[in-house]
Amino acid sequence: MGKSGRYVKASALLILLGIAAALPWLLGKYQVRILTLAMAWTIATLSLNLILGYTGQASLAHGAFLGIGAYAFGIMVQRVGLNFWISLPLACVVTALLGLLVGLPSLRTKGPYFAIVTLCFNVIILKVFENWNWLSGGIQGQVVPRPAFLTQRWARYYFVLAFLLLTLVAMRLIVKSLLGVTLMSIRSNEDLAEAVGINSFRNKLLAFVISCFVVGLAGALLALENGQLDFTITNYLYSFYLLIYLLIGGVATLSGPVVGTIGLYFLLDYMKNIGIKGVEEFRYFLFGLILLLVIIFFPMGITGGVKRAWEWARGRFRKGEAGEVAG
Amino acid sequence: MSFFLNQVVIGIQLGSQYVMVALGLTLIFGILDISHFAHGHLYMVGAYLLYIVMVLWDVNYWLALLICMVALALAGILVERAVYRPLRGQPQINTFIAAIGLILMLETLVRGIQPKALSVPKPIDRTLEFAGVSMEVQRLIVIIGAILFIVALQLFIKRTRLGTAIEAVAQDREGASLVGINVNRISALTFAVATALAAAAAVLMAPLAFISPEMGGVLILKAFVIVVIGGLGSIKGAIFGGYILGLLEALAIAYVSSAYKDVFAFAVLIAILAVRPTGLFKGRD
Amino acid sequence: MTALLKVQGLTRLFGGLVAVNKVDFEVPEGSILGIIGPNGAGKSTLFNLIGGTIPPSEGKIFFAGRDITGWRPYRVAREGIARTFQTTALFEELPVYVNLVIGRRMRTRSGLGDVLSRTPRMRRERDETTAKVMEVLEFTGLGRYAGEPAGSIPQEAQKRLAIGVALMGEPRLLLLDEPTGGVGMGETDEIIDLIGRVRERGITVCVIEHKMRMMMSLADRMVVLNFGVKIAEGEPRKVCEDPAVIEAYLGECIA
Ligand SMILES: Nc1ncnc2c1ncn2[C@@H]1O[C@H](COP(=O)(O)OP(=O)(O)OP(=O)(O)O)[C@@H](O)[C@H]1O
Ligand SMILES: [Mg+2]
Repeated sequence: MGKSGRYVKASALLILLGIAAALPWLLGKYQVRILTLAMAWTIATLSLNLILGYTGQASLAHGAFLGIGAYAFGIMVQRVGLNFWISLPLACVVTALLGLLVGLPSLRTKGPYFAIVTLCFNVIILKVFENWNWLSGGIQGQVVPRPAFLTQRWARYYFVLAFLLLTLVAMRLIVKSLLGVTLMSIRSNEDLAEAVGINSFRNKLLAFVISCFVVGLAGALLALENGQLDFTITNYLYSFYLLIYLLIGGVATLSGPVVGTIGLYFLLDYMKNIGIKGVEEFRYFLFGLILLLVIIFFPMGITGGVKRAWEWARGRFRKGEAGEVAG
Repeated sequence: MSFFLNQVVIGIQLGSQYVMVALGLTLIFGILDISHFAHGHLYMVGAYLLYIVMVLWDVNYWLALLICMVALALAGILVERAVYRPLRGQPQINTFIAAIGLILMLETLVRGIQPKALSVPKPIDRTLEFAGVSMEVQRLIVIIGAILFIVALQLFIKRTRLGTAIEAVAQDREGASLVGINVNRISALTFAVATALAAAAAVLMAPLAFISPEMGGVLILKAFVIVVIGGLGSIKGAIFGGYILGLLEALAIAYVSSAYKDVFAFAVLIAILAVRPTGLFKGRD
Repeated sequence: MTALLKVQGLTRLFGGLVAVNKVDFEVPEGSILGIIGPNGAGKSTLFNLIGGTIPPSEGKIFFAGRDITGWRPYRVAREGIARTFQTTALFEELPVYVNLVIGRRMRTRSGLGDVLSRTPRMRRERDETTAKVMEVLEFTGLGRYAGEPAGSIPQEAQKRLAIGVALMGEPRLLLLDEPTGGVGMGETDEIIDLIGRVRERGITVCVIEHKMRMMMSLADRMVVLNFGVKIAEGEPRKVCEDPAVIEAYLGECIA
């Protein structure tokens, strides 16, 4: 990219940031709330992007880890009575440690088997939270008290936005670095990566643990915004949600998860509100159909498709660039 | 003692269902390297089809069994053509994600049309008493039916030309296409056989449990557990694994806890993979 | 000269098939060893055993005096053995220069902490890697492809890139599995020239090839495999006149 290209990109980012900062004053209360939730979900999608998009390992346990992060945070703040600023990072650390425990056996398997093993783990966690009332708070669930400075809706918006930006910056640092390149080499050709001296298991484990840390953060932020939790937050359907947000937005990019998550979240909410009949019941049908079509026709997702069209338009399109989700 | 025996019977019956579903899965994996995650949902569709044919159209149970098997065989071929064939040669994980798409569609569609759980009457609604064990006839039908289907599948694979072609492809795909076996036809055939088998399992099981849109989800996970533990692509492994899981589960429900009955298998899987990442038995590499 | 690589009684079974059968040989430091044999002779399997992709059923492998039998591939690579694969293996969707960067990764140590806080170590390693990438691009003549996805450059350039990726880790021993396989007749010269220059850098080379003629000019010594067994070993010209070799090759050897 030339110097002028970089300026264009930088100013575009600044404008976007300005819009994001102004939005709470432009949108209605309800919309601010939806956007806050969508941003928390975006953090979760970004976490899946690290392990699936960049490292090539399709974790279907992220619904469970989301719930674990949320509950860890809620329990620490409300039942243990820990300070808010201690609970938040601690919730992420707890999630990451569990990720380490799960990753150690499951990352020995590859491809679809990793997906199945992690999905099995998610089902276990869901059942545990469903049946163990002491942990999940039973039918009443778990209350998540908010600190004084976050009682305002807009304050929570900025709070979540700040963490989203932080996550984006951290992800960018990771994927543009030697570490990120290492992860991509495992996705691309694990045997070759090993043959050039890369310990693929260790790196996959590292990516998985970081990913769990981040999805734990997303869970805690969701808990904070909702103020209330029940066992359904650990549902494996959320693992599928994240997969869909990511694939539709575009894997192995940073803008993809943002566009995919916020776009889809708003679209579905909008359809629900204008009262299109059956959206609630048939949303998964739509999701499924989109997933099928995307994986068959646009394995690079929306942003990948746009990027490709752009490159084609500039006459730089080359054959053989067609991507794969996680080869 | 009779309580224990009762649980054993229930275990064998559960296992029968698992074996029939896992067999299809392992065949498809062995031949096409596809992790056919939507297999359990085709089973679910088979059960609903039984409800339509038997309850709504008032067709005889045994005829309905045949109809469901044929219809689902066709559905299996359709899925192979429409979803898996366009993805051939792509990373396995893409195929797996496509299967998730299919699952979401099937489950939502069925739930959208009929949200309530349904039940199907038993063709022979009687209970036998034998040595202190009381057993519903339907359980016997499941157990014997499964054995017949397993034997029939073995005979098909070992004794017919198409069957041996399937086995040849399972063992060596490139070699098989070199000796002139049409891999496309074999893969369609495999999907037909596997899905018909799943339909048969669904029809046999349906009178014993409620039919619900989510019944396929947990079942397919268990079938995968069986296939992974029994060795990918191994028929013997699927048979042993299926019966063993059924028995273990029935005993765990009785003596440990029924709230966790569905997760028992998954915990075992994770524990086994922690020790032996390639499963317990040797399958195809 | 001392032996850099020493293989003793190396054996590998696949079910009933003995793919490699009690093979012994040594590779002196700084030399080029040619390995030839008909299809299915067990040449690639031999490399897979040395590289740690599969463990041997029997036998030992020593590298620079150290027993590396049964080591995992990444440890073998870190010890100083680099390799290429028969069917060219690259990180296909990643640009050529990123492929090279990955080849260097095992010689760098930046971890998560370095990356997030951009430590001096990370900057230093990044600069070192960039310098090395430039050097290897130059050495392999791939400069003009640097930004292109590795999977989209010509077959012959891909073969050179695979060697380049292997060189990034500064190996002492380089295993090349059919480096000119699938490349047109006119284009093999560049690769042969490249292998010659690799040796001039003091790197020991083992190369598998079908093309006898090419071996004659390149290799210092040759090992001939047939059905997993070593049937001949020695100077290229001598080996070529060996009756057993002529029989295995159906008299093809007319160099
Ligand atoms: N992973 C494996 N599983 C089973 N058999 C294998 C495996 N790898 C190789 N073989 C068998 O071992 C024998 C030797 O194969 P290998 O690839 O080493 O031969 P090669 O000398 O490299 O042949 P070519 O010149 O065709 O590359 C062959 O019969 C092959 O079928
Ligand atoms: Mg070979």
